[in-house]
Amino acid sequence: MKFIDEYREAATVNQLTSAIAAATTRPWVVMEVCGGQTHSIVRYGLDALLPAGVELVHGPGCPVCVTPLETIDRAHAIAGQPGVILCSFGDMLRVPGSNGDLLSLRARGADVRVVYSPLDALTVAAANPTRQVVFFAIGFETTAPPNAMAIALAKRRGLSNFSALVSHVLVPPAMKSILDSDDNRVQGFLGPGHVCTVMGTSEYGPIAEHYRVPIVVTGFEPVDLLDGMLRCVRQLEAGRADVEIQYGRAVRPEGNAAARAIVEEIFEPCDRGWRGLGTIAMSGLRLRAEHRELDAETRFSVGHIATRESAVCISGRILKGLAKPCDCPAFGTQCTPEAPLGATMVSSEGACSAYYQYGRRKGPAA
Amino acid sequence: MTGVSCPLPIGAYDHVVLGHGSGGRLSADLVERLFVPTLGLDRNAPLEDQATVTLDGGARIAITTDSFVVSPIFFPGGDIGRLAIDGTVNDLAVGGADPRWIAAAFVLEEGLPFADLQRIVASMREACREAEVRLVTGDTKVVERGKGDGIFITTTGVGTVPAGRSLSIAAARPGDRILVSGSLGDHGVAILSVREGIALETELKSDVAPVIGLVRALLAAAPGTRAMRDPTRGGLASATNELAVASNIGVRLVERALPIRDEVRAACEIWGLEPLHLASEGRVMAIVPPQEADRALAAMRAHPLGRDAAIVGECTAEHSGIVSLVSRAGGERIVAMLAGEPLPRIC
Repeated sequence: MKFIDEYREAATVNQLTSAIAAATTRPWVVMEVCGGQTHSIVRYGLDALLPAGVELVHGPGCPVCVTPLETIDRAHAIAGQPGVILCSFGDMLRVPGSNGDLLSLRARGADVRVVYSPLDALTVAAANPTRQVVFFAIGFETTAPPNAMAIALAKRRGLSNFSALVSHVLVPPAMKSILDSDDNRVQGFLGPGHVCTVMGTSEYGPIAEHYRVPIVVTGFEPVDLLDGMLRCVRQLEAGRADVEIQYGRAVRPEGNAAARAIVEEIFEPCDRGWRGLGTIAMSGLRLRAEHRELDAETRFSVGHIATRESAVCISGRILKGLAKPCDCPAFGTQCTPEAPLGATMVSSEGACSAYYQYGRRKGPAA
Repeated sequence: MTGVSCPLPIGAYDHVVLGHGSGGRLSADLVERLFVPTLGLDRNAPLEDQATVTLDGGARIAITTDSFVVSPIFFPGGDIGRLAIDGTVNDLAVGGADPRWIAAAFVLEEGLPFADLQRIVASMREACREAEVRLVTGDTKVVERGKGDGIFITTTGVGTVPAGRSLSIAAARPGDRILVSGSLGDHGVAILSVREGIALETELKSDVAPVIGLVRALLAAAPGTRAMRDPTRGGLASATNELAVASNIGVRLVERALPIRDEVRAACEIWGLEPLHLASEGRVMAIVPPQEADRALAAMRAHPLGRDAAIVGECTAEHSGIVSLVSRAGGERIVAMLAGEPLPRIC
């Protein structure tokens, strides 16, 4: 497959791992920010190919994982109301709320539908004018533009039966929160390739400068990830802390102007709770006041629902890079993809799910 | 290594969810934890897609049954009628039986157009002719509108087992080669693309086909064949995991050797699905001793349905009960069974 296979070639992978080994003179801890990157690393066994001194820790970049429990409970409360059709991305269906997951709710009669694009939810709304159609709008800066577009189009088309349950999150405040924590171990980042495709890299310069951490905006294939790692290690060894674009075939420093404009038009920054990380100031997006009539939280009066996270699960420490999935006593026993206790087991992009699926049962990522 | 020893009750669910029908872990849980104990079945008896029983005179017959609920009922490359015959015929064939007779039960939803039913039944007739089986009895029920999905078909197949033939999913040994007869996941992607209304640039057809001819050619060339499976729901991941557990061996697959069409790989990249979890409906996975592997491969490739056949891996003495895959990039990972329903990833 063109544009895919050349980024998975064993020969290139071997060259890069040798180059990383040659460049490394002392231990470094690097975080890959995106869930998609975690997935690739584990799927292709890349961390096992890295030299001993270089440690990869898995970041908070899985949108499904970090969506707070109370938002999921709110989605359940909405989906349980008569006449409602809840449209969601597929992997949100398996996230456990306080009372089971959306798949269970669907089995008990709720109308919960998987959509591939938020625009599909508009089609559902147009086809069911007597029903309330709610789109579960989650994700990072990557899903924000299409979700914003759906909201803009709903208004333009006068789809008064459409609304959105919005729980968007932003990458830079989460990175800062990790770097600010007392027990931070992260010395460099593989930055979020697709988020930067949309947003550009301007937000990352100040982080690299202030915290003295290199940020290499990296893609998602094995060769991308190892190339990103090599660039990051070279910066660390040289004492540099720059923003560098590895994923040049997708990322421009200025990002995607049209996508940024539609996000700006529909959403505004707000404080947001992150599952496992707690509330981070100005780390989320919500509907601007002029679009609030499309806010499902208000329309269905679920804003009062507040839920506390489970105390058993260590997904918060995993999201901060302080623990590995196999450090959790529940991993693979009480907590499996069929019956996930915590968010990082739920999404296929979550670190626990990736470890489980690809068979890491023991010790630190070997 | 990944857990096939999850101590949970049937998932966290106290009612049936769609994933219980996915052919993956939840399906296996439902069988092992509800059907087997409640029906008082022998826990140690092999649970295969078909059962071979011995008649009083000593002759052996194989029996299988399967329900077909596919949506949409017409899809690129086939329809529910063809699937209902081929699916059952193939379960018999991969068990080593010669498929002979079919019984079919129809659950029709009020409002199903006669034209659709006519087309489906004509397709069944054609499939029976190709597979050389006779449809000998049947039943029809009609349910109220809204209580079905147009049409559900259940077929039961009976075949005769030639004397001396013994195939079992528990018979694989370290060193045995794993062959597949053609590209994997075509059916799964063909159905998903129609069901979800996602157009691919090239229309991918389901691979649904009767494999009895291919199986006969294979068994003639490689009489030492240990076991066969058709990797339907749950895909090659389920078929190999069941093999690893039943035979108490490890399985090592080689990603580069897997015949997977670019269209299927691309669709999986887009949807975030694992090709090894996708269903094929006209493919055979065969476990063959190493000295017969080349002959088996040649026999498969000489058959029209087996042109893309490949040796995709082998059975190992290491990591018993577990399936691993050597990735294109050179790392090795575990291939787990599908957890619930295949859910597309968010991004």
